[in-house]
Amino acid sequence: MEHALISPAAYTIFGIPTVIFSVLIPIVAVALFAYIIAKRLAPLVKARPDERFDRPGKRVFDVLKIWLAQWRHPRYMTAGVIHIVIFFGFLILSIRSTEMVIKGISEGFVFPGLNTWLGDVYYALKDYAATAVFIAVVVAFVRRVWFKPARYAYPESYGEDHTWEALLVLGFIAILMVTESLYEGAAVAAQLQAGLTPDFLAPLTLGWLFKLMLADSARATMQSLHIWSYYIHDIIFFTFLCFLPLGKHFHVITSIFNVYFMRLDKGNIRPVRYGVDEQALDDLESFGVKRFEDFTWKDILDFYTCADCGRCSDNCPANTVGRPLSPRFISLKGRDYAFEHYPIFGDFIKTDDNIMGKIYSEDEIWSCTTCGACEQECPIGIEYINKIVDMRRGMIEEGNVPQSLQKPLQSLEKRGNPYGKMEKKRAEWSKELSEEFEIKVLEKKGTTADTLYFVDSVTSYDERMQSVAQATARILQSAGIDFGMLGKNEKDSGNEVRRFGEEMLYQELKNNNIEAIVNSGAKRIVTADPHAYNVIKNDYNSPDLPPVEHISQFLQNNISNGKIQLNSLDEEGRQKVFTYHDPCYLGRHNDIYDAPRAVIDAIAGANRIEMTRSRDRSFCCGGGGLMLFYEPEEDERMGVRRVKMAREAGATVIVTACPFCLTNIEDGIKVAGLEGQMEVIDLCELVAQQMRH
Amino acid sequence: MEILVCVKRVPDTAENEIEINSEGNDIERDDLVYSVNEWDNYAVEEAIQMVDKHGGSVTVVTVGDEESEEVLRREMAMGAENGLLLTDDAFEGSDGRGIAALLKAAVEKGNYDLIMTGAQADEGYAQVGGMLAAMLDYPYASLVNMIEVGDGKLKVGREIEGGNMEVNEIDLPCVLSIQTGINEPRYVGIRGIRKVASVEIPTLGASDLGLDAGSVGEDAARVKRIDYFVPEMGEGAEMLEGSTDEIIDKLIELLKSKGGIK
Repeated sequence: MEHALISPAAYTIFGIPTVIFSVLIPIVAVALFAYIIAKRLAPLVKARPDERFDRPGKRVFDVLKIWLAQWRHPRYMTAGVIHIVIFFGFLILSIRSTEMVIKGISEGFVFPGLNTWLGDVYYALKDYAATAVFIAVVVAFVRRVWFKPARYAYPESYGEDHTWEALLVLGFIAILMVTESLYEGAAVAAQLQAGLTPDFLAPLTLGWLFKLMLADSARATMQSLHIWSYYIHDIIFFTFLCFLPLGKHFHVITSIFNVYFMRLDKGNIRPVRYGVDEQALDDLESFGVKRFEDFTWKDILDFYTCADCGRCSDNCPANTVGRPLSPRFISLKGRDYAFEHYPIFGDFIKTDDNIMGKIYSEDEIWSCTTCGACEQECPIGIEYINKIVDMRRGMIEEGNVPQSLQKPLQSLEKRGNPYGKMEKKRAEWSKELSEEFEIKVLEKKGTTADTLYFVDSVTSYDERMQSVAQATARILQSAGIDFGMLGKNEKDSGNEVRRFGEEMLYQELKNNNIEAIVNSGAKRIVTADPHAYNVIKNDYNSPDLPPVEHISQFLQNNISNGKIQLNSLDEEGRQKVFTYHDPCYLGRHNDIYDAPRAVIDAIAGANRIEMTRSRDRSFCCGGGGLMLFYEPEEDERMGVRRVKMAREAGATVIVTACPFCLTNIEDGIKVAGLEGQMEVIDLCELVAQQMRH
Repeated sequence: MEILVCVKRVPDTAENEIEINSEGNDIERDDLVYSVNEWDNYAVEEAIQMVDKHGGSVTVVTVGDEESEEVLRREMAMGAENGLLLTDDAFEGSDGRGIAALLKAAVEKGNYDLIMTGAQADEGYAQVGGMLAAMLDYPYASLVNMIEVGDGKLKVGREIEGGNMEVNEIDLPCVLSIQTGINEPRYVGIRGIRKVASVEIPTLGASDLGLDAGSVGEDAARVKRIDYFVPEMGEGAEMLEGSTDEIIDKLIELLKSKGGIK
C-alpha cells in the first residue's frame, strides 16, 4: 500500500533521522525495565520457600479462569466491566503496540500472518479495542474523580491518598489510545487527500474520527501529527512499562504469575516451614514471620500484585465493624516496606529484626477471624490467612499474646478445652438425653461404633451450645445410626489453636485426637461444628482417619433417602421468614452451601429468603473457638451487623449450621435490642424439632 | 542486677471443682491441674523486663517436690536464666515461717540485689514476703505495682486502698511483693517450655542449705491447719428470678425498701 506521509523510520528532524529515537527509546527502556525487575526480584529470592509448583494443570486452569476470563471481576459490576474492557483492550493492543515499536525502525514491518485476512480482522478489532479502552478510561476517570467509591479511600491512619497514581495511569492509557489512533488517522487522511487507496480504518473508532477531522488539514500538519503522535506513543509506552513495577500497576505484570501460583486447597493452613516435617519442628530456630524475609516468596509476590482495589477490605468483617484491620493494607504496607528496603537505586537497607510493631500492629493481626472473605474476593489470588497465621506464630513465640487469650490457651494445653473445665465433664451434655437413649462413650479400647460424633470443646461445655449437641445426637439416633462419642478422650479440635499461631499445641491436640479416633474404630466421623469439620478434613490430613462429614450433609442424605422424615411447619411456623447464614468454615472454606439450604427447604411450609450477603459473600458472625475470648477494639459486633442484615432482608429467623454462629448471632440479637422480633436456631435444632419419630 | 523471684505451684482454681478430702483438712487434689501462682508471673515478668533494661540475670526459686519443677521451667521459658528447686522430705508441712526460712537460706547462698515474690498465693496469707524480709533484715515493700531502677535504690509505687498510689524510695538489697497489673506477663507456649526442657535445675535439700531439718517442716510449724470446710449457705441471700426487666424492678424495689436508694 502506498503512503502519503513519511514514516517515523524515514523522517528527519533538523537533519537528524528520527529512526535513531526509534532505536534508542526501546533499548534504553527495556534495559531500565530489566534492571528494575531484577531489583524487584531480590526480596523474593531472600524470602522463605513456598511450594507452588505442583498440579500445573489446575494452575493453568486457574489462570484461564481467574486471570484470562476475569472470573471474579463482575462481582463488582461497574468496576469489573471497566476492568474487563481495559484488560482485553491491552491484550489485543499488545500486538499492535509491539508492531508500532518495530515500524519505527522498519517501516514495512508486519507480523507474520497479519498480512492475510487475519490482519484485516485484527486491525479492525484493535481499532475498536483502542476506542473501547479510551471510553473505559474516561468512565474510570469520572468515577475516580467525581463518584469516589468508598473502597478506594485511604483512611488517615494508613497514609496519603493514592488517587493520583490511578489518575496518572489512566492518563497514560488515554494518551496511548489517542496517539495510536492519531498516528493512523493522520496517515489515512493523507492517503485520501493524495488520492491514494486508504488503509482500512474501522468506522466509529477514534482513528476513524481523527481521519474525518483531519480531512481538510494541510499535509504538513498531518505529517507532524503522524510523527509526533508516534513518538509520544513510543515514549509513553515505555514510560508506562517502567512505571508499572513502582506501584499498584505492578499487577499488570505480576497478576498472571500470582494467579498461577495461588492457593489450590481451601481451608488449610500452611506448615510452619515448607520442607520441614512435624517431627523436626522442635529443631527450628524460629517460628513464623518475624523478619520481613520470613514471609515466603509468594507472600511477597502477593504484596507486589495488590492493585489497591479495596475489594478485600470492603468484604472484611473486621474492617466493616471498625477493628484495626484492613486486608488491603496488609498488602500495601508489605509492598511499601519491600520497596523501601529493597530500593531500585542504592543499597538495600537492613530489614527490622521483628516487623511486629513496625509494619503491622498486634491488634491488627489478632483482629482477623480467618473468615476468608478477602481471599474469596481478590480478583488476582492474593492470600491473607496464611500470612496472618504466620505472623501470629511469630508473636506466640515471642510471648506477645493478648492477656485475654493467654488463659484459654493455657487451659487448652492443660485440659484440652479453652475453659479449663474438667475432662470428665466433657460428655455431661448427654445426661439430659439419658432417659431417651444411651450414647456410647468410646473411651475404652473395644467399645466401638460405626459413626463417631466429634462434639468439640465449646459445644461440649457451653450451656447454650450443648443444645446443638443434644439435637445432633437425637438426629443420629433417629436415623438409626450406630454412633458414639470420645468422651474425655476428645480434645479440642484445634482449628483456632492453629489459626491463632500456637502450632505446637495444635500438634498435640491433633495427635491426641487422631489416636483417639483411630482407637474408636469408627468408620465415619460426623460433626455439627464446621470448625472441627474443617480442621479434621483439611489440616489433620491423616490417612489413618475415616472420612468426616458435616451434619448438614448427613441430614441432606438422610432426608432424601427417607430415614429422617420431617413434619411440616405449624401455622405459627409458616408465618416466619427463614434465612440461612453461611458459616465461614462450612461455606467459603469448604464449599458447602447447598446441603443446609436443601435441609431447610425439605421442611414443608418453610418460607426461606436469601440475604444480600450470602453463600461465598457471607458475613462472619464474629468467629469461633479462641475468637470468643479475644477482646478486640471495634465499633460494633459482627454478630449485631449480621442480625441487621437479616432484618433488612426481611427475615425473622436466622438458621445457621455452626454453634459459634448460633451464639454470636444470639448475642447480636440481644445487643441490637431485637429480642422477640428476631430469633436464631441451629440447623440441627430446627430438624430435631421437626423430626417425625 | 541479680534478681531472685520466689514462685509457687498452685492448683488452678478457676474451673476446677474443689472438694474437701476425707480427712477434712485439705482439698482433694487428684483431679486438679496446677499452674504458676498468678502473682508470681507478674513478678517474673517485671524481673525480666528490669534485666532486659539494666542487665543482670533472673533466678526463679520454689519450694516443693519434683512436680514443682514444671513451674520453674515455665518461668524459665519466659526468660528467667536460672532455676532453683528447694526440695527435701523434711520441708513438708512447713508453715509460712518455715518457707521463709528456706528461702532465706537460698538467698544467702547467692548474691542477689533484689528479691521478689508475688503479693500472695493460693492460700491468701501474703505472709512469706514480709517474713523473708524480716529474717534477712532487708527493707520490704508490699503490693508493688511500679518499679523504677535508681543507683543503689529503687523507686517503687504501691497500690493504696481507694485506687491511690504512693511512691517510696527503697534501698537495695530489698524484698518486694508484686501486685498483678504491674505489667502484662508474656505468653509461654509449648515450644518455649520444650526449649528449656533440658536445662539443668539444681536442687537443694536441708543439708545443702545448711539447715537443721528440725527447724523447718511440720514439726517446726507454729501454725497448723486444723480444719477446712465450705461454709454453709447462710440466711439473707436471695436469688432474684424472672426476666431481666423483672429482676431490675425487684432489685430497685428491694433497694428502696432497705433505704439504699430514695
